[in-house]
Amino acid sequence: MSKDNTARHDALVAEIKQQFGAGVLDVDRSFGDCAVIVTRDVVHDVLAYLKHQHRFNLLMDVVGIDCMNLPSYRERFEVSYNLYSVPDDLRVRVEVPVPELDMDVPTATDLWKSANWGEREAFEMFGFNFVGHPCLKRLLTHHEFKGHPLRKDYPVMGGQWCSSTSDMTEELNEPR
Amino acid sequence: MSDKKTIDIQQFVPGEGEARAPYSSVDFDNDVDLTRDDFDEGLELPDINTAPMYVNIGPTHPATHGTFRVYAQLEGETIEKAGVDVGYLHRGFEKIVEIKQYGQVIPYTDRLNYCSGLVNNVAYCKAMERMMGLEVPERTKMIRVIIMEIQRIMDHMICCGAVIVDIGALTNFWYFFNARERLNDLLEALTGARLTYSYMRIGGLAWDLPAGWRENVKAVLKEIPPAIADVRGLVAKNRIFQDRTRGVGVISGDDAISFGWTGPCLRASGPDLDLRKVRPYYGYETFDFDVPVGANGDSYDRVMVRIAEMEESLKIIHQAIDRVPDGPISVDDKRVTLPPKHRVHTSMEALINHFKLVIEGVKPPAGRIYDATETPNGELGFYIISDGSGHPYRIKVRPPCFYTMNTLKFLIEGGMVADIVAILGGLNVVAGELDR
Amino acid sequence: MGIDQSLLPATKDEAGIITTRLDEIVRWGRKNSLWPLPFGTACCAIEFMGVVSSKFDISRFGAELVRFSPRQSDVILVAGTINYKLAPVLKRIYDQIAEPKYVISMGACACSGGFYDNYATVQGIEQIIPVDVFIPGCPPRPEAILDAVMKLQERIDTEPVPSRGRPRRHEVVEKMKDTK
Repeated sequence: MSKDNTARHDALVAEIKQQFGAGVLDVDRSFGDCAVIVTRDVVHDVLAYLKHQHRFNLLMDVVGIDCMNLPSYRERFEVSYNLYSVPDDLRVRVEVPVPELDMDVPTATDLWKSANWGEREAFEMFGFNFVGHPCLKRLLTHHEFKGHPLRKDYPVMGGQWCSSTSDMTEELNEPR
Repeated sequence: MSDKKTIDIQQFVPGEGEARAPYSSVDFDNDVDLTRDDFDEGLELPDINTAPMYVNIGPTHPATHGTFRVYAQLEGETIEKAGVDVGYLHRGFEKIVEIKQYGQVIPYTDRLNYCSGLVNNVAYCKAMERMMGLEVPERTKMIRVIIMEIQRIMDHMICCGAVIVDIGALTNFWYFFNARERLNDLLEALTGARLTYSYMRIGGLAWDLPAGWRENVKAVLKEIPPAIADVRGLVAKNRIFQDRTRGVGVISGDDAISFGWTGPCLRASGPDLDLRKVRPYYGYETFDFDVPVGANGDSYDRVMVRIAEMEESLKIIHQAIDRVPDGPISVDDKRVTLPPKHRVHTSMEALINHFKLVIEGVKPPAGRIYDATETPNGELGFYIISDGSGHPYRIKVRPPCFYTMNTLKFLIEGGMVADIVAILGGLNVVAGELDR
Repeated sequence: MGIDQSLLPATKDEAGIITTRLDEIVRWGRKNSLWPLPFGTACCAIEFMGVVSSKFDISRFGAELVRFSPRQSDVILVAGTINYKLAPVLKRIYDQIAEPKYVISMGACACSGGFYDNYATVQGIEQIIPVDVFIPGCPPRPEAILDAVMKLQERIDTEPVPSRGRPRRHEVVEKMKDTK
């Protein structure tokens, strides 16, 4: 990336820290990217703040991470929201640690419509419970699949046969 | 067995196939078969005049290009409600790369968007290079630009050809496909493969351009504009094509952004977001090209934006082909580049370096990075987490068409059944990167 | 087929007779009008488009009439990765094809799972349906696909007619009922 965003990232991080105080756990500025690590209590507020006050109108991706063997271990799992601002051409990530035994995360579907499938994928791969999601069902694996394949303790070769057709009434009746 | 085992004809042993898979022919009972003995004659059937009708489209419908399923509730020919199911090509990319080395991931990226594998190669290598603080040589940059734009043209040719053929015009497909075969010959001469090229390396290219390749490119490029002109002449003002695609699948620019759209689909709705312009890499800011945008955000615009983009890509190639400087094709960094063979045979240091690179692989510093590239479909992002070892801790692909596909339910509801095909083709959903 | 010299017409006005055995004419018809069902899921499907297009032109082997309905096709060409979600679909489509039916497994993924040896991918469609011809390659070159069609034609040329030694569907079902 040829443009340097360090100054703009600095200002943004300072503002979020001032706004949310203890809700901001850490800031990751490696490789010129900017990631704000926040607690679960404030994550929805941070996302809403970024969207409405800073025009981060494009939710690029929702990423689940299993931090089992990572050096930067906070909790077992993390959700990373990858935001992009089309008018300002700025990227920021909002990452929220999630403990293994209580995997509730507030949904972001009310802010961005793209969160719908992004969160469904994170749910099926890691098992997050996105509270308030309109249709939290498996997306890429089949409906008879047990477990969450991208967790580090799921075997790579753990294939499971599927023998029937899935019922799609829930997707059909999902509100627009 | 002889060593010519390439094609093996084998006899089916009755019962063997059924024994291994958990299902057999008799397992599928979920449709009502009137010939069955256990069919209940007193069954209350709903009144066909009032009850809604449910139709499955896919997962192997010919117009779905790859495999996904639309489950629709119909009122006559109108779709009242629809559900979309994907995952029929989920191949576990993100799981399998965790047990591979960083260099071994490159062939997997080829098979994400298989219509333009080289662009995916570049996107991954670009992310890795930024992570390791490498700046590839000028020659490599120019070659990457040229082949990325060639791939963009090829991808758009398949997409536009396919959507037009789905609507019923087969001729255009062959016009595009003949031109695409000519471009494919170029890439075959360069990479040795026809579809899954794996030509990029972290920090450079696999090998240099073959002799006379640039002259061949110039010759072949002359054949592309006539193909585009042929198709545009047949399609752009065609009454049938306009009726099928104009005003179909309309989405506003704001909605498209909220749904996470990028690339030509978004640009057809108005916003001119193109990473080659807003975040130029590889010297894109020095090329003279335009970003075509649409006005209405319907299926027609999405096809026409792609056709216009092909011409812009041609412009870029024409400028870049004369600007390829001489010089090395890979960075001179022993963390990523294998030492030359004669040094491996003569120097102990080079031998150790070679051994460690092959056995342990590339080792980027620990940390997280997100890097995005403008692919023919939109923004392809790689979110790479490294723990400092030779294997990726996690690689998350941000596929552009995953989020356009998310929108399909909202685009087809309220429309006709036949519109599904026109909308789907315009979105250019490639199952390989949709499901990964 | 052969022409019996003694039966040739003596004059131009008489109708000629071509003699043959029923088996041979059935085989001849079968092998030269193989209607493929391209069960294309992934990269190999793009390469199959290349085979159908004018440069390689599969119609030289009588297999250009691509049918997407299993009820109208003779050979199912599985082009691309089959995962566990798609496996029952493939099985069902195969069941719907009328006998005689043939299967060509195109590409490394369909043959063996390819380099996707993980939780999602079926390690070879042989676990689901019987395969007549395997084509290796990722993806195979168009020439290899043409070669596979020719190999299949050779096979049809030598198999018995009308039964080709493979149990019909109702026979399989009967057999399974017996064993239950």
